Amino acid sequence: MIKRLYNNPYDIVEEMIEGYVNAHKDYVHKSEMEEAQGRVVVANDAGKKDKVGVIIGGGSGHEPMFTGYVGKGFADASVIGNINTSPSPEPAYAAVKEVDTGKGCVYIYGNYAGDVMNFDMGAEKADEEDDIQVETVLVTDDVVSSENIEDRRGIAGDFFVMKAAGAKADQGGSLEEVVAAANKANDNTRTMGVAMGSATLPTKGDVIFDLPDGDMEIGMGIHGEPGVRRGKIEEADKVVDEIMEPILADLPFEKGDEVYVMVNSLGATPLIDLHVCYKRVKEILDEKGIDVHKALVGPYVCSMDMPGMSITLVKLDDELKELLDYPCDTPYYTQV
Amino acid sequence: MAEEVLNKEYFINVVNDLIDLAEEKKDYYTDLDSAIGDGDHGFNLSLGFREVERNLPEWKDENINTFYKKVGQALLDKVGGSSGPLYGSFFMKFGLPVKTKGADEGVTAEEFVDMMERGVAIIEKRGKAKVGEKTMVDTLRPAQDKLKEAVESGKPIKEAMKEALDTGKEGLESTRNIVAKKGRAMRLGERAIGHLDPGAASSADILEVFYDNMPD
Repeated sequence: MIKRLYNNPYDIVEEMIEGYVNAHKDYVHKSEMEEAQGRVVVANDAGKKDKVGVIIGGGSGHEPMFTGYVGKGFADASVIGNINTSPSPEPAYAAVKEVDTGKGCVYIYGNYAGDVMNFDMGAEKADEEDDIQVETVLVTDDVVSSENIEDRRGIAGDFFVMKAAGAKADQGGSLEEVVAAANKANDNTRTMGVAMGSATLPTKGDVIFDLPDGDMEIGMGIHGEPGVRRGKIEEADKVVDEIMEPILADLPFEKGDEVYVMVNSLGATPLIDLHVCYKRVKEILDEKGIDVHKALVGPYVCSMDMPGMSITLVKLDDELKELLDYPCDTPYYTQV
Repeated sequence: MAEEVLNKEYFINVVNDLIDLAEEKKDYYTDLDSAIGDGDHGFNLSLGFREVERNLPEWKDENINTFYKKVGQALLDKVGGSSGPLYGSFFMKFGLPVKTKGADEGVTAEEFVDMMERGVAIIEKRGKAKVGEKTMVDTLRPAQDKLKEAVESGKPIKEAMKEALDTGKEGLESTRNIVAKKGRAMRLGERAIGHLDPGAASSADILEVFYDNMPD
């Protein structure tokens, strides 16, 4: 049973974009370039300041990621795919044309095969036809998705990597410096999640996958990619403990470290539950002697109506702290 | 001069049947993909082929190369994900070996082998995939090699394509027991065992459409 509001499921992305650019017209507009195919949302001040262009993107269904973070001091444009699907090469190319000011651009997105192929083709075209240099930073924060860090997928950690790059670019950093800042954020960011059910797919009119009522899956990806363990739903503290252990061990995060924390809803888990989870996260970090610089608790990188949450830790140094605290103003994240 | 064995109409009929295939098998591909990936394969293909369907009347008077290029560009634009660039590039390159043909001309068996080779080779290149990695290539590469061998040994095109299709289906079946090394399923490790690769499955169905439309 699907409890969603949409019209023709094949028009859902176009209608979402139409609504979005109208609702947030003080911040963004839709690219009118033919190549954009209506799938590129651009910050109203993009191109006005001489800076590296920060372009983010991926499949739809993760709102407010990606388009919610297009605005001042964050991303300059987002490229929007179908639900859970990478955008195509032409819009990725159009985004470069929209935001480049001569200092080059960087694509930042989660590490998925489809996204890599499409964005790479967009970058090739920008290079071949317009001589614009486009670099790529892949987000690989999901600790359970692979042993090899470069094979890992990108999930909620996208937020921090993109935020760091956006700040560096706004400070006037070179393309090399912006890429370095994004990579540094990615290297220090770790995430793991839990799902208690599937998101629904409008075109299918049903859930994406079956997770029996009352079960949860630890480590599941934001598109419903299978995780590491399936079992009965347990109390919040136990679930948080099970998620925090691999996160902490992976980097590792150690006594004396300072971190940014995100407790993120996958869409259907309410703020009340997220804060219950955060209470336990803070207890664990206190026990370990890890200092929380700032916590973000809410829906930042979702999977439509999926019940579940993820926890992200970012290990900070002076530079990352400055970049993540740097002012920004976007429809779904503002920092003064 | 070698004999034309596949006429222009064949190539249009194939695309018409692919449009139907994408619609009919949408849920099946989505289910396969939900088991080991993200559940987007079926829907995305149908979205791409719906775009092809809308434009088909306008394109069908072009020669084979231009016609397939337009099909490929539509898939590239509308499908996204991995299957967009992979199948999109397949069709964009497919007609290149016969790009000088007139609008009503068909192809010889040897030319058809070259066309398939261009298509399969670009999928291997774009996806950076080889046989044994639980991808489309597990269906397409062995099928293409068999097609080439059979045509070179002088078998009629339909018989050669049947052998290619059967070999491709064996390749598809082999993906059941492979730990994925590419795509989203890669991150599942052993857990992907027992599941067919959705891309390999749609590739086998596409080969079947190429076979079914061949004249006896």
